[in-house]
Amino acid sequence: MELTTIWFLLIAVLFTGYFILEGFDFGVGMLLPVLGRDDRERRVLINTIGPVWDGNEVWLITAGGAMFAAFPEWYATMFSGFYLPLLLILLALIARGVAFEYRHKRPEPSWKRRWDAAIFFGSLVPALLWGVAFANILRGVPLSADHEYVGGLLDLLNPYALLGGVTTAALFLTHGAVFVALKTVGDIRERAGKLAVRVGVGAAVLAVAFLAWTLNIRSSTTAVALAAAAALALLGGLAAARARREGWAFAGTAAAIGLAVATLFAALFPNVLPSTLDAAGTLTATNAASTPYTLKIMSWIAVVFTPIVMAYQGWTYWVFRKRIGVAHIPQH
Amino acid sequence: MDALDVARWQFGVTTVYHFLFVPLTIGLSVLVAILQTMWVRTGKERYLKLTKFYGKLFLINFAMGVVTGIVQEFQFGMNWSDYSRFVGDVFGAPLAIEALVAFFLESTFLGLWIFGWDRLPKRLHLGAIWAAAIGSNLSAYFILAANSFMQNPVGYRINPDTGRAELTDFVAMLTNKVALVTYPHTIAGAFLVAGSLIVAVALWHLIRNRDTTDTPTYRFAAKFGSWVTLIAAAGVLITGDTQGKIMTEVQPMKMAAAEGLYSTESPASFSVLTVGSLDGSRELFAIKIPYLLSYLGTGDLNGTVHGIDDLQAQYASQYGPGNYAPIIPVTYWSFRFMIAFGMTAAAIALLVLWTHRKGRAPRSKWLLRAGLLMPLLPLAANAFGWIFTEMGRQPWIVFGEMLTRDGVSRSVSLTEVLTSFTAFTLIYATLAVVEFRLLVRYAKAGVPDLTEQPENDDSHDDAERPLAFAY
Repeated sequence: MELTTIWFLLIAVLFTGYFILEGFDFGVGMLLPVLGRDDRERRVLINTIGPVWDGNEVWLITAGGAMFAAFPEWYATMFSGFYLPLLLILLALIARGVAFEYRHKRPEPSWKRRWDAAIFFGSLVPALLWGVAFANILRGVPLSADHEYVGGLLDLLNPYALLGGVTTAALFLTHGAVFVALKTVGDIRERAGKLAVRVGVGAAVLAVAFLAWTLNIRSSTTAVALAAAAALALLGGLAAARARREGWAFAGTAAAIGLAVATLFAALFPNVLPSTLDAAGTLTATNAASTPYTLKIMSWIAVVFTPIVMAYQGWTYWVFRKRIGVAHIPQH
Repeated sequence: MDALDVARWQFGVTTVYHFLFVPLTIGLSVLVAILQTMWVRTGKERYLKLTKFYGKLFLINFAMGVVTGIVQEFQFGMNWSDYSRFVGDVFGAPLAIEALVAFFLESTFLGLWIFGWDRLPKRLHLGAIWAAAIGSNLSAYFILAANSFMQNPVGYRINPDTGRAELTDFVAMLTNKVALVTYPHTIAGAFLVAGSLIVAVALWHLIRNRDTTDTPTYRFAAKFGSWVTLIAAAGVLITGDTQGKIMTEVQPMKMAAAEGLYSTESPASFSVLTVGSLDGSRELFAIKIPYLLSYLGTGDLNGTVHGIDDLQAQYASQYGPGNYAPIIPVTYWSFRFMIAFGMTAAAIALLVLWTHRKGRAPRSKWLLRAGLLMPLLPLAANAFGWIFTEMGRQPWIVFGEMLTRDGVSRSVSLTEVLTSFTAFTLIYATLAVVEFRLLVRYAKAGVPDLTEQPENDDSHDDAERPLAFAY
């Protein structure tokens, strides 16, 4: 396999990992005002992701760094082209990251309310905008022959991209609810389980519509197979959620998100950012890539360190495997 | 005003801001790990108290470092896309490696440390803070290797077909001599901040509340922090000296700009104070120490240090017409502020140790005031150091290869950059106030009372026991 293909796959893996992991912690953030009826319940929700959210976010930092290193043209064109959505994502991630750490640092209800809002919007905004961004990558954007983005903000807000945004938000919401049901005890677990099924049905409808539209824009056999598998995984996850098999339900929504992201990358390949104008403007895994020398060194580093990272990050999840409930929240 | 100016301001503001949090993350992570190691080794409660106390301050700061760091990575692509295209092949690699090798380690193990007090065996929990500290300190190397490429590009070639930099020697890029000397300098600078913070907080408690049960704990902390500060100051001086010599060799214009040295001198005098004309192009008044600059720059009392005017003429013939000098007042003063602020902190640390000699206790109001300023001084020194090194590189974004004005994103409008600059400035300013107040609040609260914790509360069975730590 060519190095550029390997790196296309690695970028796909990194974003898949990112959306599976941060997907549920975005979901938990969006559910904060819905499932958390009082301060203790909200603390239960936040503490289900407390030890892991930061590690989850590093998947994004790694994906960004890997794009920069392996496909500088892709990184440069996409980040300057998707300027305002990325700005909003950054502001959201700033607010929410600080909120997790600071929310409990003062007792005043007004202080907590503000950080709760930061967590909610800080989770909702990226959950929506990542969908918008990836849909636009799939659909293609106006690029000049020298790969500069020549569109405006409105070019990014087309119906297909908006559907993409709503879909990712709904999927993450479902994924988050399933996660809460898996990680908590008591009343909050019950409510999360029920909500997961209700929201999940809507997410499934949106996901099927979005993936079908995607495959209508660009497609490959692999992409079709992956999309079908994603739909099945989501339905399986929802069935498990209904039957209160929370572990299986989480495996289902995680697989569904992973397969959906994989569908997008499979449909995209070998392009990385298609142009809707001049075909010469289209960025591909070949013309956007770094030199074979750089890719080779990066490959060795990725081969050695990715399994190590996955092992210790997996171990963290094992350490914090126990469910928590309101009784576990300390008074102070 | 155009998009380029705003993009430059944004980079300056967000970078300096980000680096307000980085030194504490780098330094305090190790110092907290050391305190916790002392607790595990000796079992003495005072070390546990200090671990938890400074650990809390560390975490308040850490959150800010993380979230402002993401902006840095995205900003290259957003505002500096032509720069990113030009150097991606070389510059992207250390960034990606940093994330994969260092950030995962730091974030994952810090999560384990924060929440793992009652979930992990004692030694494994100690291992978690060490892993996080190693991650922080490792990440600094990769970032500095990337930055050093901008100061002194090595291990690359320019592809004649694409006009872009391509990596040809990964090891040479990672072992750039600028990176090798900048790393210990930066790390020492970080410990200067971390040590100072430990002293300041301990001193405040020592002078405000005398003879409490925690007094010995704070005494230890004040002395520990002072030693760290002094050793770090020595480290900063030694590495800074080496850095000066390397800078004279690879970026002579920056050295000349640091000194406001217009014409080549051998031997060259060190300027203690030079007042230049307003535009910084002429010298009006100066106090100088003969031979010192020659020695600092070359290691030889009679060594030649090139002046701005000669270098300008040389660069103009080498790179074509243009102004190749940075803004002299900025480089001149930031260089001096860096040294002055850093060394003042070290002087206060010395004073603190003096007031603690042979079991004595500090009582001076003035020492308290100086102590409170103490962490701000090296923090400012760090900021001025970065302002110096980045402004001193101008007009280049990659020295000798690409001008800053050619690196900016062509597709990004003035409105867009202004929007993001305004948004970041507002949110950063708000968070700075919030963070500072929280730090003060928790610093004032003092070391925790460990007797209060219901370690063996029988009213709950194990499954119902409250978490040792919760957000």
